Amino acid sequence: MMTLKVNGRDHQIESDPDTPLLYVLRDEIKLNAAKFGCGLGQCGACTVIVDGKAVLSCVTPLLLLEGKQVTTLEGLGTIEAPAPIQRAFIEEQAAQCGYCIAGMMMRAQALLQRNSRPTDEQIRAELEPNLCRCGTHMRILRAVHRAARLMETADASSTIDGSVR
Amino acid sequence: MQSNRPLGLPRMIAGVIGVVVVVGAAAGFAVAWRPAIAAIELPAPSSFDPALVKRGRELAAIGNCNDCHTVKGGGSFAGGLPVQTPFGTIYSSNITPDVQTGIGRWPEEAFRRAMRSGVNRDGQHLYPTFPYDHFTNVSDEDDAALYAFLMTRPPVDAPPRANRLSFPLDQRFVIAGWKLLFLRRGLYQPDSTRSAEWNRGAYLGEGLAHCGACHTPRNGLGAERSNAQFAGGDVDNWQAFALNKQSPAPVPWDAEALYVYLRQGFHPDHGTARGPMAEVVSNLSSVNESDVRAIAIYMADVFGAPSIDDRKRGEAVLAQARSPAPLTLDSNVNAAGASIYAAACATCHETGRALPYGGVNLALSTALSSPDPRNAINIVLSGIRPVEGERSPIMPGFAASMNDGQIATLLQFLRDRFSNQPPWSGVEKMVADARQSQPVLLQTSSGSHDAPRESMRREKR
Repeated sequence: MMTLKVNGRDHQIESDPDTPLLYVLRDEIKLNAAKFGCGLGQCGACTVIVDGKAVLSCVTPLLLLEGKQVTTLEGLGTIEAPAPIQRAFIEEQAAQCGYCIAGMMMRAQALLQRNSRPTDEQIRAELEPNLCRCGTHMRILRAVHRAARLMETADASSTIDGSVR
Repeated sequence: MQSNRPLGLPRMIAGVIGVVVVVGAAAGFAVAWRPAIAAIELPAPSSFDPALVKRGRELAAIGNCNDCHTVKGGGSFAGGLPVQTPFGTIYSSNITPDVQTGIGRWPEEAFRRAMRSGVNRDGQHLYPTFPYDHFTNVSDEDDAALYAFLMTRPPVDAPPRANRLSFPLDQRFVIAGWKLLFLRRGLYQPDSTRSAEWNRGAYLGEGLAHCGACHTPRNGLGAERSNAQFAGGDVDNWQAFALNKQSPAPVPWDAEALYVYLRQGFHPDHGTARGPMAEVVSNLSSVNESDVRAIAIYMADVFGAPSIDDRKRGEAVLAQARSPAPLTLDSNVNAAGASIYAAACATCHETGRALPYGGVNLALSTALSSPDPRNAINIVLSGIRPVEGERSPIMPGFAASMNDGQIATLLQFLRDRFSNQPPWSGVEKMVADARQSQPVLLQTSSGSHDAPRESMRREKR
């Protein structure tokens, strides 16, 4: 039994220490935003934020997360009160099938937390590990820029979970 | 009064010293001084034979010129790459035909002199970070082709950056002394007892391809140690593995495996080229197949024929890789390392799928059998980036999800499970050091982005 901090809450986890975080999130805590894409750390659909950094949850065993803060998309905002990154993706209609988008948003969020005004080139370089087969890359790019502008005007504390620092 | 005093012994000694200094200075001047070669008007690109330019392009790829003479985001061959040496930082020069900042006003004779003896058109000595100790063997014809290729590149206005060296190394005449000690000039002399292919490979491998510049250890003056040729060296915080009898490869290399590896960037029995070697194989993928094969044949001879024991060990490792023993977590002393391996690594590295779609079985990994853990550390931290436009191995980096202690734990598990070598020491500290050097490492190893456009695509099979 181990304690896992997700979106500011402590969870008692029964899974074995070598269980990938993605399975714990989806199967045990029932947080389904992070997606299973390849299971090999090659597509980015499972991206979550751990202590401020984008991490591929399908290749991150539970035992590496002792004492760390995990943030999933559910921790950023809700349907009623979407976070700036979610609003921006909706406003730019950046999702087509949407399967990659949770991972895209998490990696973009991690980028914006350490660089509030990234250039096009910086966004492209950062999001390179995340694949999108529908081809909405240009909209995703615009959405990340829009999120940066929204975050500048928004009150960050009301939209971003406290654990994401 | 004083003028009437006879010459005393001290004055005689002073006189002798004075003469020695003057003669020494004259001799030093004679050794160090090189004349400038008159500048020419920039030749029109159309004045070069296209066939010669094409040959020059392949030779430049074999010479890996773009790797040092191009920075990320900069113009191809425009220089400016900082090369860290134990003596300070030296910046690569602009070898585009720009008339102000490049070699646009160099006649072919000046280019050949630079290749042969490390002197620029003005007569200044060049630092041996430019590997003229290898390029000195390049033939007149090949120098002419390289010159034709470079003089037909787009000129880039990129002024040279000032080297950061301390006195007296910032004085270029010092290099003349280095050359006296270490530069052995002379064209390649074929060995008539060997095949034409072997000789071609030796000419390229010892010369233009300058394999030893990374794979041979250097002495205190920064020169390759001639008594330890191909015994392994250091480059950009990576270990360039030994390519002689001391090779740590679990499966002995042969010419065929070397050819495949150099040509496509990975080999199922050996793994993937990465770090500074990634750029080398990217370049070699675009050149004449027979030249890569020649280099492979020569380098296989440098490795030497494996002993019967080595061959048996290699076969045993291959058998182990084909049907790996099941991973048992409970009985393992390093349970944490085993757990990390099971979740983070085994999903690719123990599926039995061949490269590039599966990960190489780590029993085949040279990095894990090497006495130096740095390559394994670098690869766990930053992973392997895909090569644009082709099927190539890919691996995520774990810098964000594992701390130094966790990476050290994992690596000790891998070392224990996949090699027959003793544990490494000081791994955790080396992981911390590797993180510090990562910005530099990523800059110089992101390879294919810097390659000239025409050499970026590998042939498709």
